[in-house]
Amino acid sequence: MSEKVLMKGNEAIAEAAIRAGCRHYFGYPITPQTELAAYMAKRMPKIGGCFLQAESEIAAINMVYGVASTGLRVMTSSSSPGVSLKQEGISYIAGADLPALIVNVQRGGPGLGGIQPSQSDYFQATKGGGHGDYHLIVLAPASVQEMADLTAKCFELADKYRMPSMLLADGTMGQMMEPVLLPEESDVTVEKPWALTGTKMQRGHNIVNSLYLKPEELEKTNFDRFERYKQVEENEVMYEEFMMDDAEVCVVAFGIAARVSKNAVVEARKQGIKAGLLRPITLWPFPSAAVKQAAEHCKGFVSVELSMGQMIEDIKLASDCKCPVELCNRAGGMIPSPEQVLESIKNIAGGKA
Amino acid sequence: MTSRILIAGFGGQGILFAGKVLAYKGLVEGKQLSWLPSYGPEMRGGTANCNVIISDEPVGSPIVDTPDVLIVMNLPSLDKYEKAAEKGSKIFVDSTLISRKVERDDVDVYYIPATKMAQDAGIPTLANMIILGKVIKETGVVSFEGMEDALKKVVSARKANLIDVNLKAIKAGYDYE
Amino acid sequence: MVVFEKPHALCDVPLHYCPGCTHGIVHRLVAEAIDELGIEGSAIGVAPVGCAVMAYDYFNCDMVEAAHGRAPAVATGIKRAKPENIVFTYQGDGDLASIGMAETVHAATRNENITIIFINNAIYGMTGGQMAPTSLPGQVTQTSPYGRDVKTAGFPIKVSELLASLDGPSYIQRVAVNNVKNVKQAKKAIKKAFENQIEGKGFSLIEVVSSCPTNWGMTPQQALDWVEEKMIPYYPLGVYKDKTSEEGE
Repeated sequence: MSEKVLMKGNEAIAEAAIRAGCRHYFGYPITPQTELAAYMAKRMPKIGGCFLQAESEIAAINMVYGVASTGLRVMTSSSSPGVSLKQEGISYIAGADLPALIVNVQRGGPGLGGIQPSQSDYFQATKGGGHGDYHLIVLAPASVQEMADLTAKCFELADKYRMPSMLLADGTMGQMMEPVLLPEESDVTVEKPWALTGTKMQRGHNIVNSLYLKPEELEKTNFDRFERYKQVEENEVMYEEFMMDDAEVCVVAFGIAARVSKNAVVEARKQGIKAGLLRPITLWPFPSAAVKQAAEHCKGFVSVELSMGQMIEDIKLASDCKCPVELCNRAGGMIPSPEQVLESIKNIAGGKA
Repeated sequence: MTSRILIAGFGGQGILFAGKVLAYKGLVEGKQLSWLPSYGPEMRGGTANCNVIISDEPVGSPIVDTPDVLIVMNLPSLDKYEKAAEKGSKIFVDSTLISRKVERDDVDVYYIPATKMAQDAGIPTLANMIILGKVIKETGVVSFEGMEDALKKVVSARKANLIDVNLKAIKAGYDYE
Repeated sequence: MVVFEKPHALCDVPLHYCPGCTHGIVHRLVAEAIDELGIEGSAIGVAPVGCAVMAYDYFNCDMVEAAHGRAPAVATGIKRAKPENIVFTYQGDGDLASIGMAETVHAATRNENITIIFINNAIYGMTGGQMAPTSLPGQVTQTSPYGRDVKTAGFPIKVSELLASLDGPSYIQRVAVNNVKNVKQAKKAIKKAFENQIEGKGFSLIEVVSSCPTNWGMTPQQALDWVEEKMIPYYPLGVYKDKTSEEGE
């Protein structure tokens, strides 16, 4: 019987990945996700796995591409500037329909930015990020427990839909420790007839590729891929509702912003304001139906973000702009306080927004 | 009950470690908790702080803006966080390193010459554990009993010989009047 | 009696290369080596971006198409995942020595147990004849219309010499395919590069001095002569590094 242990979020990701059967990790040092790579460097050699510190983020993601093409579970992790560098490889992975996990423990930007927590890679993560039409499955943990659980989920969904997945965390989630019940070892084997294993002279050659010089062929791969994305949107949306049943003000927040917002919602309730929290766990696919439903009975939304306002666009789209959406944000590594969120809740409740 | 604890001082004083000991004790006691360090480029000598929340309820935000337990181990930390402390909170001051008094009168203040006590006892690096002992005594955020179990979890097996001396330091702070 | 046939490891499809291009020769040499070593069933090839971008359609083994310059990183991933498979990349000079130089150098210094076939024809072929990192001083290309000026465009990169300066790689050899003698030598080198991998000896790179009549603006024969007269003097053939015969390696 396993028991709860105290772990940093970054370490919980690493251990959960190993338990999900990931034996290949490639990365490049960057704050604030270094504990993840350090954990892998320590553990992988002892379990017959591969930890490799690559010469660059670009090399790391292409090593991921190589392992993914053989059908094995593989991951890389980085923080915002490093994830920008990986975008080329992520586009290729998406274009070649390979499963892989990319972890982004976000920090403030743009440019070299800072090293404090941020959520300003929301657009990059949820809208594609690199060139071409594609999506990643993007999961946003809001606790160390979810850092572990959603890592396993990322691998599962990536295999299921043959697409890259991203765990989108931030500096606080990576650095904080909380009790965590680690997931069981996974022994799931997924059939991957497309994988490069060598033909063994028993089948035709497999080709992993994203190049289609005939536009009608390339168009078809795009349409086919988006059919698959539709399945993901229909089947895999995850979110948490907190005090939403009778809510008049709907706070939407993910990750660390959701943790802060929960305090604010509790405080608002104490003051007699019917506030609730809708926490997207999948950022792509976005829980649009839940937002739309909330728009039916709420006066308005508060989008709490560690950015200049990115998710707010998805809230406006999902709610068809039926009611006001107030942005409650900090940027550059700052985190909104519960008081700031409460202020925004009051604005919506009082019809001031 | 929820305790929102902020520990602050210089890097190298064992600020994060003190928070970890509290967190692990909370874990052993089956409490809900979070531990959030400041992180930055300075490995030694810069400022360090650590937010610990120990509660009977699930922890919301792990960030401690307004502590009800404040532990300060250098003057800049007292200057920075004195005003942030909750009314009625308990403030613990290492009086060896901080000569001034807390100016507020709506808080309970405990002055412990932790650094001097540590030096006198020949354990100069364990002022953090001495002050922690006092915190445990005065706040009851975790109990003193079973401290060894928490230390066993936070001290790596390689350094298991240090458990006793840490325990001794916590006891010294716990017994300090 | 069969006196000449297509290697099994080469697919029975028309290649898209220009008339007189030496890619076809090198493809054949690689496929012959794969056949002779009986490794087609375990081989996994990595195609580059460049003229050989569609090599994945030409080799009968499992193939992956890499991003520009990233083939050594992709091959590293594959080899780490499948150490029992034989992993090779096939790359041109822009891919390997310009945009992918970091991946090349680091795969070499790690002594990754992979085989790299490096085509040096001193030009970017697929995009229509731009200056390559290996274009010769004074060489006229689309992007060095007055000849490569080393004062502004720098000097050509001698990849074999550069990599041989590292402690890591096991085997580095430069060959050419401009005449029968050199083709035979190239075949031997390529086969050895695969044998090294089979024997677990680590990183082998064979630089093949090649021709590009189309973008050099020459007939195939003129191009082969230019290889002999201009390329080989600048890029001398030979073994630049060989750790494979060392004790205990």
